[in-house]
Amino acid sequence: MTTAIRKRLPRNDALQKVTGDAQYADDIYLPGMLYGKLLRSPHAHARILDIDTERALALPGVRAVVCGIDTSGIKYGTVPDEQGLAIDKVRFIGDEVAAVAAVDEETAEEALALIDVAYEILPSVHDPLLAMQEGAPVIHEASAHIYDAARNISRRTHLAYGNVEAGFAQADYVFEHTFETQMVNHATIEPHSAVAQYDPGGKITLYSSCQTPFLIRSDLAATLQMPLTRVRVVKPRVGGGFGGKREMMASDFSAAVLAMKTGRPVKVTYTREEALATTRQRHPTRISLRTGVTRGGRVVAKECHMIMENGAYNGRGPDILGSCPNYLTVLYRTPNIHFDGYLVYTNNPPGSAFRGFGNPQIRFADDSQMDIIAAELGIDPVELRHLNVREAGDVTPNKAIITSCGLRECVEEVDRATDFRNRWGKLPFGQGVGLACGHHTCGFKSLLPHDSSAAVVKLNDDGTANVLTGASDVGQGSDTALGMIAAEELGIPFHRIEMTTADTEVTPMDLGSYASRVTFIAGHAVRLAAADAKSQLLEAAADLLRTPPQDLVSENGVICSLEHPERSALVEEAIQHHLAHGPGSPILGRGAYNAPTDRLNRETGEGNTSPAYSFGAQVAEVKVDPETGRVRVIRMTSAIDCGVPLNPTAIEGQVEGSVAGGMGQALLESFSQHEGLILNPSLLEYRVPLAGEMPDMDTIIVETEEKEGPFGAKGVGEFVQIPTAAAIANAVYDAIGVRIHDLPITPDKILAALSKKGVGT
Amino acid sequence: MIRGISLRVNGVAYNLHIQDHWTLLDVLRAHLGLTGAKKGCDSGVCGACSVHIDGGLALACLTLAAECEGCEVTTVEGLARSPHELHPLQASFVFYGATQCGICTPGMLMAAKALYDRDPRPTREAIHDAVGGNICRCTGYAKIVRAIEHAHVFEASRLLDPKALMQAQGEEAELLAEESR
Ligand code: FES
Ligand code: FES
Repeated sequence: MTTAIRKRLPRNDALQKVTGDAQYADDIYLPGMLYGKLLRSPHAHARILDIDTERALALPGVRAVVCGIDTSGIKYGTVPDEQGLAIDKVRFIGDEVAAVAAVDEETAEEALALIDVAYEILPSVHDPLLAMQEGAPVIHEASAHIYDAARNISRRTHLAYGNVEAGFAQADYVFEHTFETQMVNHATIEPHSAVAQYDPGGKITLYSSCQTPFLIRSDLAATLQMPLTRVRVVKPRVGGGFGGKREMMASDFSAAVLAMKTGRPVKVTYTREEALATTRQRHPTRISLRTGVTRGGRVVAKECHMIMENGAYNGRGPDILGSCPNYLTVLYRTPNIHFDGYLVYTNNPPGSAFRGFGNPQIRFADDSQMDIIAAELGIDPVELRHLNVREAGDVTPNKAIITSCGLRECVEEVDRATDFRNRWGKLPFGQGVGLACGHHTCGFKSLLPHDSSAAVVKLNDDGTANVLTGASDVGQGSDTALGMIAAEELGIPFHRIEMTTADTEVTPMDLGSYASRVTFIAGHAVRLAAADAKSQLLEAAADLLRTPPQDLVSENGVICSLEHPERSALVEEAIQHHLAHGPGSPILGRGAYNAPTDRLNRETGEGNTSPAYSFGAQVAEVKVDPETGRVRVIRMTSAIDCGVPLNPTAIEGQVEGSVAGGMGQALLESFSQHEGLILNPSLLEYRVPLAGEMPDMDTIIVETEEKEGPFGAKGVGEFVQIPTAAAIANAVYDAIGVRIHDLPITPDKILAALSKKGVGT
Repeated sequence: MIRGISLRVNGVAYNLHIQDHWTLLDVLRAHLGLTGAKKGCDSGVCGACSVHIDGGLALACLTLAAECEGCEVTTVEGLARSPHELHPLQASFVFYGATQCGICTPGMLMAAKALYDRDPRPTREAIHDAVGGNICRCTGYAKIVRAIEHAHVFEASRLLDPKALMQAQGEEAELLAEESR
């Protein structure tokens, strides 16, 4: 019996969410609050010559106008190349130029139109291949951070493991293909929003719809030139993140600056158009993959050339590119690898983190190619995976340590559940099945030399507990997972746990929601804090029950002696005993965890940057209408290894959401762009999946026990979205015999490919 | 132009002075402090602002407040039957894990309620239709559809009590789930 884990418990924030009580940043209305709006560049690339704000300031109701030159101009970011508001240059359509605060949104908008900006329009470049050519417009000035400013290359990651030449020499066959993936947006239904409050004592409080309050605090403090104690970032409920809210946004910066200037609270909420077109995107990529295999189907060498379009600013781009070699080494046993990747600036909207962090792009290419290899060698895709899957105990060529791995079982399970092998290649024309695999991290040590989290657990005299953690629930349910971990460790029912999270002034530090790290890393910290509290609790109970603490267990709110089962006490009785007879303090547990991993070595790409890895396999079943080119995903079966499943309902929720996201990228989502202008910045034309378009979804949990994970758990937030596009592309091939190498798989591409093949209308 | 209107929201009567061009959504959120209806797009696409006007489903971002003269508006805040009794859809959403980030949830619930009022035991197709104008980016919809499908099971259940619902685990909840299949 467990107290909490493995149970399908309702989320601890669900009640607030179904009653409308849950408060998101845009729901905050403070007395005297002003509304902020941003003036954005209409040009893809231009020098700012002059900004005249006089007319805007004269408009009744306008309280402040701030331009880049009024601010510190300090650049921020992982590899700093971006300012809160642009000063000298704008680099994409939508780049932030000025911010206005006014008594209402309409006045603020009106004021934007009254700001006169003199631009010198510069030539712009929108294709990374052109941007890399000599003589292309230079987007960022040369600096120590930039690999080759003249060719707009922000970062090059060039690595090799093993002996690539010898590897290819062993190969009986060499396959070479190029794949492309498109720019897609997180399209969280909550647009970015920030409310800043300034107290005249010189302190900023920012309520931000973000995934990483502690990192945003650092960036905000640095750019405002204030100590960390004077900047408080609070994460309210957040309406989805997926990587799109893990950096300081111009909304955060501008709300803070405007609040400081006016002395009034200021809210900046993006419109849907701003959220779609000016925040962050998944990087478009072009991936050339050369793979050597033996006649028997073993992958012996791989060479990958990758062009990753950065857009105008780095965001998390350098780290994403730096992670990509890992995505090739971890999933399949590949002894010899050569990776050469370029992160290239263009005058398009900036790319950055998005569920999977570069992994979905690599996986689309690699698992599409695996499918091609299977067909060419006459080995079925399941068998081909079995010949190459990663196993527990492996150390990858770049020194990732695979402690637990259920990938082989996941492949078996999806095969069994879908009868894959008996159907692959045998279904009637227009119907197909496709297999793909994926993995992801449980943390990532790269940005900082640590990957840490801390927690405090306070026990109350009625047997309830408060858990304080910096971890940021952005919808994935980390408050619930962490509360369950605390409940389990303490042995008290889950509903007695109250979570206080993600407030830089109140809660201990956590780096935030990214890299599927929260359950693992914050979970570890919470477990240790709860264990610390529990040991004090059992001390008190031991005194009360006159038995040594080692003899006691705490479960479901009752502390009981193993030796003398008749001796027991309620948790609250033990806490009260501690208060009455202890050192005068209530029970307070502290815990901290810094993943025992290596920081990514940027030169060699080596290091075990994550404390564990989650794995999965997926089978897509599709129907393709050869008349219309329309693909319908009928069923999606996912088998997943996320260690010990803490809450099966929450896990299925992550799987199903990931399938939707992956299917969106595979089939629907894309932007039309003209010289950097996004032509479809609305959810009507940027199409994401709707309820009626979803396949039936089955989730098979393949349990492994990850020794390092809290109660054996691993992360589940990202890895299921990673194989989805390849699984669908492979199923489309199985259905109609055409391979689409570039996402999304649209009807027109299918029809063109069919007609090229001489099939169809 | 400023005009006075009177309307009822969740059973409470209001006399308001509004501008002609203000949307019902902005009036609810900024003026009445009812922030349950969300602004996901402000253009009638995402469904996050769904409310009921005189019992019919409407998008508050596309409705001018001025049009609501004399109307009865219900938002998600008015969905529960009392502070101690949830609407079955709410209990079902909680129970089946149909809310993740929750930003689409108020709109989903109001769209689902329009269906529930007509047909508490709808088919999947009817559910897909009913929430066809509501985008959820987190859940992949499966648990939302399931929650709507099985909401009727919670009618007259002890689990409509929010406290009981949040403490429901193990047998009782499983039993209910079984019943609902
Ligand atoms: S906010 Fe009304 S439909 Fe999106
Ligand atoms: S739960 Fe996040 S959008 Fe639906």
